[in-house]
Amino acid sequence: MDSSSASSTKSRFFRKYGLIALVVAGTIAAGACQKKVTAKPAALPPAPAAAPAPPTVKLSASPNFINQGQQSTLSWTSENATKLDLEPGVGSVEAQGSTPVSPSQSTTYTITASGPGGNAVDTVRVTVSPAAAPQPTQESATIEELFARDVKDAFFDFNKADIRPDARVALTQDAAFLRSHPNVAVTIEGHCDERGSLEYNLGLGQRRADAAKNFLVALGISANRMTTMSWGKEHPFCTEHNETCWQENRRAHFVMAH
Amino acid sequence: MNAKRWSLGIAVLALGALGAMALGAAPTPQAWFKTGTGMGVQKVRLALPDFGAAGATAQPLQQVFDKVLWDDLAYSGLIDMVSKSFYPIPSSWPSQPSQLQGQQQQWTQAPASAAMIAFGNMSVSGKTLSVSGWLEDLTNPAAPPMLSKIYTGAATAKGARLLAHEMADDIVELLSGGSPGIAETHIVYSHKTGNVAELWVMDYDGANKHQITHMRTEAITARWSPDAGEIAFTCFVPFRGVVSAQICLYSMAAHRVLYFPRFPGTNYAPDWSPNGRELAFSSSMRNDPEIWTINRDGTHPRQLTFTPRSVNTSPVWNPKTGKQIVFVSDRDGLPELFMMNSDGTNVVKIELPGMGYVVDPTWSPNAQLLAFSWRRVNGNYDLYLMDIATHQLLQLTRDAGRNERPSWAADGRHLVFQSDRTGEWEIWTMLADGSGLRQLTHHGKNFSPNWSWK
Repeated sequence: MDSSSASSTKSRFFRKYGLIALVVAGTIAAGACQKKVTAKPAALPPAPAAAPAPPTVKLSASPNFINQGQQSTLSWTSENATKLDLEPGVGSVEAQGSTPVSPSQSTTYTITASGPGGNAVDTVRVTVSPAAAPQPTQESATIEELFARDVKDAFFDFNKADIRPDARVALTQDAAFLRSHPNVAVTIEGHCDERGSLEYNLGLGQRRADAAKNFLVALGISANRMTTMSWGKEHPFCTEHNETCWQENRRAHFVMAH
Repeated sequence: MNAKRWSLGIAVLALGALGAMALGAAPTPQAWFKTGTGMGVQKVRLALPDFGAAGATAQPLQQVFDKVLWDDLAYSGLIDMVSKSFYPIPSSWPSQPSQLQGQQQQWTQAPASAAMIAFGNMSVSGKTLSVSGWLEDLTNPAAPPMLSKIYTGAATAKGARLLAHEMADDIVELLSGGSPGIAETHIVYSHKTGNVAELWVMDYDGANKHQITHMRTEAITARWSPDAGEIAFTCFVPFRGVVSAQICLYSMAAHRVLYFPRFPGTNYAPDWSPNGRELAFSSSMRNDPEIWTINRDGTHPRQLTFTPRSVNTSPVWNPKTGKQIVFVSDRDGLPELFMMNSDGTNVVKIELPGMGYVVDPTWSPNAQLLAFSWRRVNGNYDLYLMDIATHQLLQLTRDAGRNERPSWAADGRHLVFQSDRTGEWEIWTMLADGSGLRQLTHHGKNFSPNWSWK
């Protein structure tokens, strides 16, 4: 673990640097390509009629996570859109603006921009921490029931295994549970949405499970109590083909082991 | 000056690539495609009159035989089957060489305009079906038959299918200059019900589907060994009390899963070295998923890649030399293709225009071409061919759902893949120029196909 965290800082640096290099190379290639186009138009297929510009839309939430009963503000901007729809619960909106929302449970908001150039979609998730539930008497709740109630899964962004702020909240709560139940061991299952490929998702799911485990190790939970595995996209929690469902499937899922 | 020449070079490369993509599955493939696949040469026009059948028991078998042989030859990618409506009157169709004597011109003249003719007859004796088959070059009547062979097998519909496949492979081998046909090869794939995927095997044309594993788990990413005697795949079995992805081996001869060691973490996506002595796979046994190799007997695991905080998977061995491995890595962000020596040295990214999300690489048998699935920016997963020497591209699928996990047939002219174009994942085959689509499965979720090379 120690040696890998040192080299991960290094790899982050190289990744950033490499990405910039890639963008620069891409820009050069694109520029060079255009130059070639003007020089030799006959070599190209007939240009299509000027297509209307495709719409773009950006949606954000502030704050991203709230306690039950609190408010978050959704803000959006768009270009080239004639119609904008913000779901769930808001409906048709202006080209840009903001609105307060107060979801009672964690919700993924989706804004759909449509215009003559096509459609564009952006999403944002507002994570809601439930108000403290009345504690049942310890005698009546089994360890399984407590696990099911208190241990939360960590959710991830598309194609990423980074711990998001909402996952940080969930995992901190999980660490508290594991600290107060020192005999409980867990299996952390990595899951992915259906959009990636089978083999790549098996690897990505493993990285998500390991990311959750490493976060808990950093909070002082013994690595010996946690085993990770990946189901990739093979055991989805939700099988619809939309972002709400995909988000449900991008997670590190905690299962109690005995 | 140097910089200018460099950018011009990129422009030419980019244009070349764009041109290749604009062509798509156009009927005029380029030189690299012809040499890579052996397709695109003039097809042989071949006539295949109905075989003769002696007796009532032989007749239904003859109908099966004729249809299977016709379909095999038509799908070979080498032969242009002459429509039966262009043939001379049926009473003059030969079922043995003496009946063709002096009649060749009837077949070579328009409208048949055939260059070759395959014909024969069959009879049943007890439980044995016996087929006599010939292939003759109509343009060279003096030469002896190119093929003259007796095929014997079970007097059942299945037996008739097998004999037709045998004869088809003989004809294709003769017409391709010695490269064997694929009619006797098989395809392994995963069939999923709920959260259980088992391995199934079918003939190359979708016939004789049968389940081979009964593990009640996820059996996925199957790959035939080079001699087709074993199948390596990803299974989900317990390791130290926790179910996780592990490498499993299935023996076709023993009809069971063989012992293979298990490791911590996720161990999956095995691929065979061309000599069958090693497997490359992806494993998180030490840290994040990296490429490893291991001996076929489970000894001597060796780590080849070292890129923390990334996924390295889908290793595929150069099937001709065994000296390179192509694999998928997201070390620079999205998954892309990389090539390295099979000892892990000399890692090079395979640059594609515009990048996107590149997965499921697979080498053609002669190691000249790669097929892969590519989701370009704002696009869908489509299959592409790339000439490894020049990086020229040919798009094989478009506007028809997601298309993934291509796998080559041994002849280098066919690919099997999975597509959800019907609304469900099914197994399809096509010729390597994107034509000749055949849907092989129709019921339930079927995916992750792999084509045997024997």
